[in-house]
Amino acid sequence: MGTIGSSVIQTAQHDAAVGSGLAVEIAHLRKTYGPLVAVDDVSFSVAEGEIFGILGPNGAGKTTTVECAVGLRQADAGEIRLLGLDPRTDRDRIREVVGVQLQASAMPARLRVGEILAMYRSFYRDPADVGELIEALGLAGKRGAYYKSLSGGQKQRLSVALALIGRPKIAVLDEMTTGLDPAARREAWDLIAGVRARGVTILLVTHFMEEAERLCDRVALIDGGRVVALDTPAALAVRASGGKTVRFVPSAAFPDRLLTDLPEVHRVDRPGRHVLVTGTGELVNAVILTLAGAGVTAHDVQLDSSSLEDAFVRLTGKHPTPTPYSSEGAAS
Amino acid sequence: MNTLTMPAARSALPVGARRSAFGQIVLNEVRLTWRRPIGLIGGVAIPLLLLVIFGSLPAFKQAPAAFGGLTVFDAYVPILAAFGLAMLGMLGLPLPLVSYRELGVLRRLSTTPVPPSWVLAAQAVVQLMIAVVTVIVIFAVSIAAFGAPAPKSPSGLLVSVAVSIAGLFAIGLLIAAVARTSTAANVVGRVVFFPLMFFAGLWLPRALMPAALLDISNYTPLGAAVQAMQASVQTGFPPAEPLLVLAAYAVVFGWLARRFFRWE
Repeated sequence: MGTIGSSVIQTAQHDAAVGSGLAVEIAHLRKTYGPLVAVDDVSFSVAEGEIFGILGPNGAGKTTTVECAVGLRQADAGEIRLLGLDPRTDRDRIREVVGVQLQASAMPARLRVGEILAMYRSFYRDPADVGELIEALGLAGKRGAYYKSLSGGQKQRLSVALALIGRPKIAVLDEMTTGLDPAARREAWDLIAGVRARGVTILLVTHFMEEAERLCDRVALIDGGRVVALDTPAALAVRASGGKTVRFVPSAAFPDRLLTDLPEVHRVDRPGRHVLVTGTGELVNAVILTLAGAGVTAHDVQLDSSSLEDAFVRLTGKHPTPTPYSSEGAAS
Repeated sequence: MNTLTMPAARSALPVGARRSAFGQIVLNEVRLTWRRPIGLIGGVAIPLLLLVIFGSLPAFKQAPAAFGGLTVFDAYVPILAAFGLAMLGMLGLPLPLVSYRELGVLRRLSTTPVPPSWVLAAQAVVQLMIAVVTVIVIFAVSIAAFGAPAPKSPSGLLVSVAVSIAGLFAIGLLIAAVARTSTAANVVGRVVFFPLMFFAGLWLPRALMPAALLDISNYTPLGAAVQAMQASVQTGFPPAEPLLVLAAYAVVFGWLARRFFRWE
């Protein structure tokens, strides 16, 4: 996969009134489906040129938030502005300046990649060049291939290409790397970094910690339809860890109380077979001595550097989806 | 998912760009129709094959008194034209639309400056082109190869075909509107197709139908279509009744389809 050609992702000629320098402003967004509250109260703003991550467990309201933002759904309450435009009243303008990559949207099986791109290209006033775009996305050899013959990774990359073909000022990418193998995911990350380098603001919905840590300038952590934290990935990790973290596999079961009674220990989490102890001071010594006294040995002891994943667990009480990949490769 | 906001009916693109975008959509619909030619087979090839078979059967060369001077074969010409139009209306038009909704194609389009209703319009244009081919092929082959009479009122035939297509396509759009999956659309299309073909006279030509059955047939879309086409061939410009029946189907079902169509 090559780098982005200079003219591929240039921003559109657009005269929207953008005085604030904010690409996205969302205030007190609320959206319900019948009795189900999908988004309770979400507020954040994204500066122009920023890569902003929306992170959270499944069902947190991430997708609903971006669908309201791009005008696919009507919010029940709250204010949304994209480059100063309101998706309820200025949706025509928003369609021209916002490129969207949706979860679970396919193309007709018997259209060729080049035919799909040519069609989407014709929808925009000042589109990107198809040749350069598919080169940048590693699809150059697939121009004549039927959509149905593409691998999962290639379909995802085509979907990203379609989101970028209108030279958007904002790109909204929903679960862009879900279903990609690790190599394809890293290529997609390089691509996004390249897109940002052209001044495009990116709203990235993800549930992969590593993706958010690698790509995002700031992250909003959404859970239960609310923003539970909003900061840079590093700051979130530090803030949430609240000190040191010791991770180990115990040789035998023991009650959390054994450790939480220690003055050094703030909390105990149990992700999988591991025990994750957060605290301060002489944490490692205190934990290991106490366990030994109870006849429990700690195996594989690690002093974790605080990570976004820890923040996720602490703030949502849930464990993020382990970074998966499909066996379906993205051979290019 | 009914909270999806309705797509704008118009596009923000300038006129020239709009024309080229619509042209691109139609072009891809034509390619898809050609690559998976179900509509061409059901709408053109099967009625043409039946026409050739019927034209070769000695029994179909007889002209029973009830047929008013036409041979059995002549009576089947409008029935087979109606067969093709019904295939296109009941299956050719709704199936791609439902599958696009299923795949998320329509939803994806509603994030671009082009409204998803353009795909619906493009699909209607493509099916209309096939419908015109069907009618021309059926009537031309029946006249040139099998000695069927040329229509007494070509303009009447044109009007009959136009309102037939409008009525049948409106029914097809309603199927596309209410069917949730391609499988459902396929089943509904077929379930509707066969009774409609019965009243068109595929198994029992209208001239042989008992009075009560003929009355029902007159108010079904294909019965009215065959009545109007047959009159154009046999006597002249068709009576108003079948044309109005078809126009009513177009208006009522078109309105219902518009009312209930879901883009997601």
